[in-house]
Amino acid sequence: MAVNNPISGLNKIFDNRIRLGVMSILMVNDEISFNDLKALLEVTDGNLATHLVTLETEGFLKVHKGFIGRKTNTTYAITKGGQKAFTDHVTALEKMIKGMK
Amino acid sequence: MSEENSHLDALQDIRRMMQRSTRFISLSGLSGIAAGVCALVGAWFAYDWIHEYYVGYGQAGYTNAAFDRLKFSLLILAAVVLATSLVSAFYFTWRKADKDKLPLWDHTARNLALNMAIPLVTGGLFILAMLQYDEWKFVAPACLIFYGLALVNGSKYTLSEIRYLGLLEIALGLLNTQFIGYGLYFWAVGFGVLHIIYGFAMWWKYERNPAAANVR
Repeated sequence: MAVNNPISGLNKIFDNRIRLGVMSILMVNDEISFNDLKALLEVTDGNLATHLVTLETEGFLKVHKGFIGRKTNTTYAITKGGQKAFTDHVTALEKMIKGMK
Repeated sequence: MSEENSHLDALQDIRRMMQRSTRFISLSGLSGIAAGVCALVGAWFAYDWIHEYYVGYGQAGYTNAAFDRLKFSLLILAAVVLATSLVSAFYFTWRKADKDKLPLWDHTARNLALNMAIPLVTGGLFILAMLQYDEWKFVAPACLIFYGLALVNGSKYTLSEIRYLGLLEIALGLLNTQFIGYGLYFWAVGFGVLHIIYGFAMWWKYERNPAAANVR
């Protein structure tokens, strides 16, 4: 797992605003579709897809490909590993802010 | 310093995304005010017609035709009030979503609609069943109570303040059970006055000055 600074516990994967956004949304939604993610984050298809692949490769999210009628409906859900990584990252962020004050 | 700021930004981003992805936040306060005004105008007409009916009743006694006419016109009035308040509520919410560049019908709107529909449809069927047995006494309180329950249930999926509106509607409905026959007044307060107060408070808090409200 890519932890760039062992002291802070910050996760390099979450440096990116879109990846952080995806994880925040997945933390509070059981599952969410590609289109809903796109609308919430205001990004293009290609951009979002790239970041989703990165997160999937890290094992932070599960992809479920389904259909609504004939249209593909891809939904995403967070994994246990993803939850842990995200919580650690947030804890680290909070610690750093407190530490600096 | 800038690093601290970027961490704060990240945390705020997380918070905003969590909120935005679970709650339908486009609900406009103006929608509440509009629905409340519709309800009050409707109640005023209903009061007038019922009063007129009783004047006729005093002069000519009970006639089936007069009673049926009253029932029919009240039914039409109820349908018109419901339709106008839904349309105007929808309009202001649509306008707000459009201004904030948010989708009007996404999964948060779906969640809100579904979770409000459960108590509302239950209440609607329950009231129809009461009418089936000619039991009209609890129609007005039941409307307020089930509507309040719907708001409380929906408050997890939209602006959380709507919970208080729901609790007030429930309290008003329960109070109404002790003042049977005054249903119209309770309706006017519950669907009219409370909506206007709530709508104004929400507009004041979130829309008056869009820059101040960080919950977009």
